[in-house]
Amino acid sequence: MAEIVGAYFTSHVPSIGGAIHRGLKQDPYWKPFFDGFPPVHEWLAKVKPDVAVVFSNDHGLNFFLDKMPTFAVGAAPEYANADEGWGLPLYKTFKGHPELSWHIIEGLVEEEFDPVTCQSMLVDHAISIPFELAYPDAEQWPIKLVPIGINTVQHPLPSAKRCLALGRSVHKALASWKGDERIVVIGTGGLSHQLDGERAGFMNAEYDRFCLDNLVSDPDALTKDSIHEIVRLAGTQGVEVLNWIAARGALGPGAREIHRNYHLPISNTAAATVLYEPA
Amino acid sequence: MPSELEPIPGTTLFDGEAARKGYALNALCFSFNEKVNRDAFLADEAAYLARFNLTPEQHEAIAKRDVLGMIAAGGNIYYLAKLAGIFGLNVQDVGSMQTGVSVDKFKAMLLAQGRGESYEVAHKEMLNG
Repeated sequence: MAEIVGAYFTSHVPSIGGAIHRGLKQDPYWKPFFDGFPPVHEWLAKVKPDVAVVFSNDHGLNFFLDKMPTFAVGAAPEYANADEGWGLPLYKTFKGHPELSWHIIEGLVEEEFDPVTCQSMLVDHAISIPFELAYPDAEQWPIKLVPIGINTVQHPLPSAKRCLALGRSVHKALASWKGDERIVVIGTGGLSHQLDGERAGFMNAEYDRFCLDNLVSDPDALTKDSIHEIVRLAGTQGVEVLNWIAARGALGPGAREIHRNYHLPISNTAAATVLYEPA
Repeated sequence: MPSELEPIPGTTLFDGEAARKGYALNALCFSFNEKVNRDAFLADEAAYLARFNLTPEQHEAIAKRDVLGMIAAGGNIYYLAKLAGIFGLNVQDVGSMQTGVSVDKFKAMLLAQGRGESYEVAHKEMLNG
């Protein structure tokens, strides 16, 4: 019987990858962010997940505007990273878990979601960086991947309510999976940030605190705001909190927070790292 | 149908209208995922741009390296970042270009928020300081 061991959430700012690459973890600018990771490493060593179901958004590597799915579930045997155009190191390839992917797809469609299914899919920094942070010394990823993509790029975006429902339906699918895997749910991106327009550089610690305080015990509180309101509160790219909301739903009804680190700025972003266990 | 929404200052939502208008510009930027295309752009910018069906507005914004102009012409920041990357520009450089202050002032505004200042206060200081 599979077990959902918990949920891991972190930001995926590309420059984190650059900081790792250049050995800057102890640099005064970066240290407050990287100091959030020893508890993640200890927790992963303890709970030993072997599959990750990851909610994230593509940034123009796998998807272009010619075909832009609202929800996309990876069902590939492996997922490579590729050149994103601005000089990040190339990240390690993930092994997939197509059987579990198709089980999730079956479950989602049964629950009246209509995901795009991807038997071939590249993954970008939004997945690679959270894994580089979680498993800094790994030569190969010690864990298989089921990626679930949410459109946070081209409006209309799915509502926060819809993303939470998506996550809850993924939870139902995971709960009915007959395998004996230990599953970790991951949400990446955010928190508040805005890269574009005259409001570039906008962050909102107050809204981020509201999200972090409520996500664990009352995730529905985060779904009261429309996408437009979330953009106003979190910034144009802060809507990546949708990935966190969906991942929270996939963890299951009850959760308790066992770790939280929040620091801004990392690049233009308010960065957070959080661990939940089922409760 | 969606109701009329109160605009968010300094913010353009990348919606269907922008995605239609910006398609060629974003396709150009998407092509920069491949090094051969980045090199071709750097070797002969005009010839490379001619491969895409850019609007005059998009041509002008690229010629002027005008990020706000690119956004007004339908550019999406995730794709525009790939163009910025060709010139070695990061998101603080792009932030400086969009807010009209130096990169140092833009970074100081981010750091001020890290010390607990609200964006509104930090932003005002950035413009006046």
